[in-house]
Amino acid sequence: MNDRAGPETVVASPRPPTVRPGYAFVLWIALPLFLLGLVATWLAVSDPLRAFNNGAPPVERLTFERRILDNTGIHLRVRAGGSEPITIAQVQVDDAYWTFVQDPPGDLARLATAWIHIPFPWTLGEAHEVRVVTKTGTTFDHEIPVAVRTPEAHSSQLVPQAVLGAFVGIVPVAIGLMFYPVLRGVGAQGMSFLLALTIGLLAFLFVDSLEDALELAGEAAVAFQGHVMVVLAAIISFLLLWVIGRRRGTPTGLGLATAIAIGIGLHNLGEGLAIGAAFTAGAAGLGTFLVLGFTLHNITEGVGIAAPLVKEPPPLSAFVWLALLAGAPAILGMWFGSLAYSPQWAALALAVGAGAILQVIVEVGVYLWRLDDRWKSGAVPVSVFGGLVAGLSLMYATAVLVKV
Amino acid sequence: MRNWLRETVNRRHLLWGSLATASGFLIGGAAATGQSSHAERGSAPPYDANGAGHHGAHGHMITVGDVGNARNGFDPTSLLTDWNTGVVSSLPDGRTLRTFEIIGEDKEIEIAPGILFPAWTYNGRVPGPSLRVTEGDRVRIIFQNNGSHRHSIHFHGIHSARMDGIPGAGEIGPGEEFIYEFDALPFGCHLYHCHALPLKRHIHKGMYGAFIIDPDPARHPEQADVARSRLLGTPENREWQEFVMVMNGFDTNFDGENEVYAVNTVAHHYAKHPITVIRGRPVRIYLINVVEFDPINSLHLHGNFFDYYDHGTTLTPTLRTIDTVMQCQAQRGILEFTYRAHETGLYMFHAHQAEFTELGWMGMFDVVEAAA
Repeated sequence: MNDRAGPETVVASPRPPTVRPGYAFVLWIALPLFLLGLVATWLAVSDPLRAFNNGAPPVERLTFERRILDNTGIHLRVRAGGSEPITIAQVQVDDAYWTFVQDPPGDLARLATAWIHIPFPWTLGEAHEVRVVTKTGTTFDHEIPVAVRTPEAHSSQLVPQAVLGAFVGIVPVAIGLMFYPVLRGVGAQGMSFLLALTIGLLAFLFVDSLEDALELAGEAAVAFQGHVMVVLAAIISFLLLWVIGRRRGTPTGLGLATAIAIGIGLHNLGEGLAIGAAFTAGAAGLGTFLVLGFTLHNITEGVGIAAPLVKEPPPLSAFVWLALLAGAPAILGMWFGSLAYSPQWAALALAVGAGAILQVIVEVGVYLWRLDDRWKSGAVPVSVFGGLVAGLSLMYATAVLVKV
Repeated sequence: MRNWLRETVNRRHLLWGSLATASGFLIGGAAATGQSSHAERGSAPPYDANGAGHHGAHGHMITVGDVGNARNGFDPTSLLTDWNTGVVSSLPDGRTLRTFEIIGEDKEIEIAPGILFPAWTYNGRVPGPSLRVTEGDRVRIIFQNNGSHRHSIHFHGIHSARMDGIPGAGEIGPGEEFIYEFDALPFGCHLYHCHALPLKRHIHKGMYGAFIIDPDPARHPEQADVARSRLLGTPENREWQEFVMVMNGFDTNFDGENEVYAVNTVAHHYAKHPITVIRGRPVRIYLINVVEFDPINSLHLHGNFFDYYDHGTTLTPTLRTIDTVMQCQAQRGILEFTYRAHETGLYMFHAHQAEFTELGWMGMFDVVEAAA
C-alpha cells in the first residue's frame, strides 16, 4: 500500500446524493436475510458439529425455583437448563427413593419447567434433602433447611401482607418525611450535609440492591445468565430514568424528590419481594425484631426524600404521594413475592432498583455540586464529607438490625 | 436483607422468630399471613398423606416405574438361577475340564427405572455370569477383552501367581485375549472381579460375578449328604431352591457414593417382582458382597432365621440361627433356611443399613404352596 499518498488522494469529491429506487432498498434487506436462511439450512442439514461429538453425555442443569410443603408432601418446581432436554428418572428424599409425579411428564426441554410432587411425610422443623436423579445418573440436590408448612397463597392473605408491607415501606418513609419541618430550619451548610447524607444512604442501598440481585441471579437457571442480566437491567434502568428525569432539564425540588422516591420505591419493591418469598419459602416466623429493623432502616430513606424539598416547599399532598411512591412498592413486592416467586424475576426487580438508585445518586450529586460554591476552589466541604459518612454509617448501623 | 430469605435459616432462628411473633404482636396481621401458631401445629399434623395411598409393602418409598429387561439383555429374576457350568470335557487323567468363554465389553445398562449407567461388563451383564464348577475340576477361562480399557479376571480361590488376574499376570488390553487355568479349590461361595487399576472404578463399573465351587461328596465321606445337597444336578440338590445374590451399588454422579444399591444390579427389582419360594422346600442363597465405597453390606431376613456358612467353605454352619449377616466387600457366604413352618405370603429381605434399603437394596420372597 502506498502510505505516502497525499491528502488529495484521500478526500473524495463530494457527490450529489443518489436517490435509490424502492425495490433496491428491499433487495438489500432481503439478500442478507436470504443468505442467513441458507446458512441456517446448511447447518441443520449437514450438521458440521457432528465432528465435535466425542460421545460425552450432554451437560444437564436443573434449577429448583419454588418449593411448597403441604399435607400432601413436598412439591418442587424445577427448570431445565443445559444443551439437551433432561429426563428426570427418579427422586430421592433423604437418601431414599420416593414415588413422585412429574407434571407435565416427559422430557424437560431447555428452560422448560415442571412440578415434581413427592408424597413425602416431612417432619416439622427438621431438615430434608431432595435429590433428583436424571437418566444419565446426574444428581441435583435441593435442601430444605427447616421444614414448615408453606403458607397457602390465598386472597385472605393479601390484606395482612399489605399491612406488613405498609409497615416496612410506607410508615418509615412517612416518619422520615415528618422530619421535614426540622430540615427547613437548616442553613446552607446543613443543606449540603443533608444532601450528602442522602447520597450516602443511597450509595448503601445501591450496593445492597446490586449484591442481592447478583446473589439471586446466581440461584436462577444458568440459561438466564443472571449476572449479565442484572448488570444490563441496572444500566438500562439508569439510562431510561436519566432520560425521563431530564426531559425538563436538571431536576430540583419536587422533581428530584420524586426521582429519589422512585429509586427507593424500586428498592423497597425488592425488599417486599424478599419478604413475600420468605413467607412462601416457609421462613414464616420472621420475627418482630426483623420488621422493626426494617422500619428503622427505612426511616432514613424518608429523610433523603425530604432533603431536596427544603428550599422549594411543595403542597402537603406531595408528601403523601412521595411516601406512597417510595413505600407502597413494598406491598406490591410482598404480594408478587408470595404468589409467583422465581429468583430471576426478583433479581431483575432488584437490578432495576439499583439502576434507579444510581441515577438518583447522580442527580443529587449534581444538585449538591451546584448548591455549594466551595467546590470551585477545589476543596471538599466538611459538611458534604460528614453527610456522606453519616449516611453510610446510619444505613450500615440500621442494616445490622436486619441481617440475620 | 436477603439473608433471612436465604436458606440458611436455622431452627434457632425459626423458634426465635416464632416466639417474637407470638409475644410481640407488633403487626396485627402477622399471625394471619399463614404462619401457624404452635397450638395450631399441635392439632394439625404438617403431613397427613401417610395413611392414604400406600401401594405395596414399601409404600411411597420406592423407585417409580420398571426397568426394561429387554434393553438390558438380562432379567434380574433369571440372574438368580442361571448357573453357567461351562463346556465340560475330560482331561487325560480323567478329571473334568470346564471351559468358559467370557467377553469384556462396555455396555450401558439400566440400573433403576430410567437411570442409565455406562457399565463395564462380563458378557454384557452385571453381575457377570455365575460360574459353577465342582471341587477339583480343572477350570479354563478364555477371556476376550472387547472393552475400551484394560481388564482382567481375578478369581478368589487357590491358584498360581501368574493366573492371578492382576497387572502383569493376566491383565490384558482392549482386543486381547488371555486364558486363565487353575484347579477349583477350595469348595465354597466365591467371586471373581476385574483387578485392573484403578481398582475401585473397575469394580463399581460392574466387572464382577459369582464363582461357586460345589463340594465333591467323594472328598467328604463324613458329610457326603450335605455335600451332595450342594452339588448341582444331584437329586438331593434339586430339592433345594438355590439363588445367587450379588449385593452391588452404583455411583452415577462420580461423588464416591452410590446413588443406587441393589442385589443383582436393578434397584427394587425383587420388591416389584418377588422371588417365588415353595413353602415346603429349603432355600439356599449364595450371597456375595461387592458393593463399592461402603465398607460393609448386610442381609436381613424378615420373619425367619437362617444358618450361615462363611465363605461357604465348610459343610457345617459357622453361624446358626441368625437373621442378619454382615459382609465386608468381597466377603460372601451361604444362607440356608426354610419357610416350612410359615404361612404363605410376602417376606421381605434387605440390607440392614437403612440407607441401602431405601436406595434400592430391598426385595421380597413370595412364599407359596407347591402346585399339586
